[in-house]
Amino acid sequence: MSDNAAGAPATRRRKITIDPNQGPVRATARVCEAASCISGGSTDITARLGELTDDSGDVAIKRVGCLGLCAAGPLVEIAETAELFEHVSPDTVDPVVAALQSVKPDAERQPQGPFFEKQVRVATENFGKVDPESLDDYLAEGGFQALRRVLSDMTSAEVREEISQSGLRGRGGAGFPTGLKWTTVAKATGDKKYVICNADEGDPGAFMDRSVLESDPYRVLEGMAIAAFAVHATEGYIYCRAEYPLAVTRLRTAIRLAQRAGYLGDNIMDTSFSFSIQIRLGAGAFVCGEETALIASVEGRRGTPRPRPPYPAVQGLWGSPTLINNVESLASVPTILREGPERYAEIGVGKSKGTKVFALAGRVVNTGLVEVPMGMTLREIIFDIGGGIIDDRPFKAVQTGGPSGGCIPAEHLDTPVSYESLIELGSFMGSGGIIIMDETSCMVDVAKFFQDFCREESCGKCTPCRVGTTQMYMLLDQITRGEATEDDLAQLERLAGIVAKMSLCGLGQGAPNPIFSTLRYFRDEYMAHIVDKACPAGVCPIEQPAEVVA
Amino acid sequence: MPIPYTKPSAPPRDKRWKIVATRMRRLGDRPEALIEALHAAQEAFGFLDTDALQFVGDTLGVPHSRIYGVATFYSFFTLKPQGDHTCVVCTGTACYINGAGDILDAFDDTLGVKPKGTTEDGKISLLTARCIGACSLAPAVVVDGEMKGKADRAALMAQLEAM
Repeated sequence: MSDNAAGAPATRRRKITIDPNQGPVRATARVCEAASCISGGSTDITARLGELTDDSGDVAIKRVGCLGLCAAGPLVEIAETAELFEHVSPDTVDPVVAALQSVKPDAERQPQGPFFEKQVRVATENFGKVDPESLDDYLAEGGFQALRRVLSDMTSAEVREEISQSGLRGRGGAGFPTGLKWTTVAKATGDKKYVICNADEGDPGAFMDRSVLESDPYRVLEGMAIAAFAVHATEGYIYCRAEYPLAVTRLRTAIRLAQRAGYLGDNIMDTSFSFSIQIRLGAGAFVCGEETALIASVEGRRGTPRPRPPYPAVQGLWGSPTLINNVESLASVPTILREGPERYAEIGVGKSKGTKVFALAGRVVNTGLVEVPMGMTLREIIFDIGGGIIDDRPFKAVQTGGPSGGCIPAEHLDTPVSYESLIELGSFMGSGGIIIMDETSCMVDVAKFFQDFCREESCGKCTPCRVGTTQMYMLLDQITRGEATEDDLAQLERLAGIVAKMSLCGLGQGAPNPIFSTLRYFRDEYMAHIVDKACPAGVCPIEQPAEVVA
Repeated sequence: MPIPYTKPSAPPRDKRWKIVATRMRRLGDRPEALIEALHAAQEAFGFLDTDALQFVGDTLGVPHSRIYGVATFYSFFTLKPQGDHTCVVCTGTACYINGAGDILDAFDDTLGVKPKGTTEDGKISLLTARCIGACSLAPAVVVDGEMKGKADRAALMAQLEAM
């Protein structure tokens, strides 16, 4: 622990949560200390506010998880009035202090505008309310009540039944019914069973899992413990990206404190149920989000997928039945079991129940994290919640589903978001990254960007993916350089079809999707590059006579 | 295990090996601790050299071929020493849309360094990341572990040149 550690624990030495001495709290400032606001200096804001309000005995300064509106960070919210201060810095905290002083004892939370009001919070219900590292805070918000109910009143079959009733589906992207997965693992034969939380959020442009782990880590632990009880597992792993150091730190703290308080470990809540959790760090391989590759990586090997079946639910980690769920799926579990599955199933549309957390990014005003009911239209998400496009430029496309997803053009903005509707549009729910593009983006270049990603992240095990992604990238590169012919385009389409059908895992199978979807909606841009040798968005470096450039 | 096995001792005269050895012991010195051990070694030494790979491999009973395979498979591990300062440019989708390419160009133009390279004076190493999850702050750059959101090309270059 030498010099590089010196920067990080500075926050620990400081007084982070400053509570007045037992007196009733009249006003509370919630300072966002999730990664995005921390990079804007929010830990200093907490300290500064603490200093300035030290002598007023009824004011509390509290560190909380993500407040959602990352674009306007660092954020400070007055808990009692819901007043939100944006772009705060340690030197500009005076208005916050003034607002804290003027809070009336009978103050009520005011409406906060469409960004907040249109959201429905389940997995993110504690965001911006609890101190992410405080077990007491989590307990105060109803934490571990679901686990208590499960352990004292329910059989594992009843738990699985309630999850099935809720209609929860895998939030990692594929949308496999969670209840069915749990039942498969529970019924599989094996002396030992495992639960793995997939926190290898590799999709570029997605940061939902990161926010959940950073803002409410206990919720994931509780979800895992409930899952373990339901499938008779005794050991759990959280496979987290090494690129998320803050999430890993907070998880470690949460595991330690939960273990000490008896919510993890042996004989949880004085029952015969025992469950322990370890963290395993990823090392920067996108393919490890695929479940068989993830298992290989947890076992300390190269993260290459293997053919399925046997599915991990039957033969997973060390050959034992293994339940693998995404962070967001597990984070929804405690709420479902606490509030009842019917309430969750009421939200949503068709076969897509409940809510989904999305990460809004790209050329949108309110970049940040939102949780909305399934069935909300893309237009509502982007324009009502997201606040529209930066500088009021025209909207061009929205990309969902990461490198296996697709680009959806303006004419489909009124489609309600669900697993099925997005697939119909040639895209994919994915883990929940929504990237908004305006006319400064060239769709051929976007397809090339994702192909470059897949080419580099292909693990190299199966030929269609290893060779196919590189060949597709080279063809796209030719197109963007204005050197391609229509034959090349036909070749690209043929190759994309082969890669999609023949690849071993989801990475290769999904790799051609950005090409398919951009060809479906933006073929004219491809033709402009090939026939007119021009890039309509002015992105691609096409060598050409000067008059065309102008 | 039928073959007699003696546990290797750490290469001498460097206390940092102890950190690595401890991390492996906590996980039972078993092959599955490989990735964790490589993380520990890279944290301690900044990169993975042959000594580190051999020591970790021998302790965990992993063949050298496999450990090399793992160390080169995962992009997080580096087998080359890094410069005094490391700069990670995020090239995720949101950063790409918001101009990460420009920033990489600036590195090439101003400092003459390309991704995975180090400047000639050994001061600054440039890495790229697939997505560091700071999409709302795109384009994002991490300088010596400290994240800079909405990175401005000129300001960033000025800061790096002053280092």
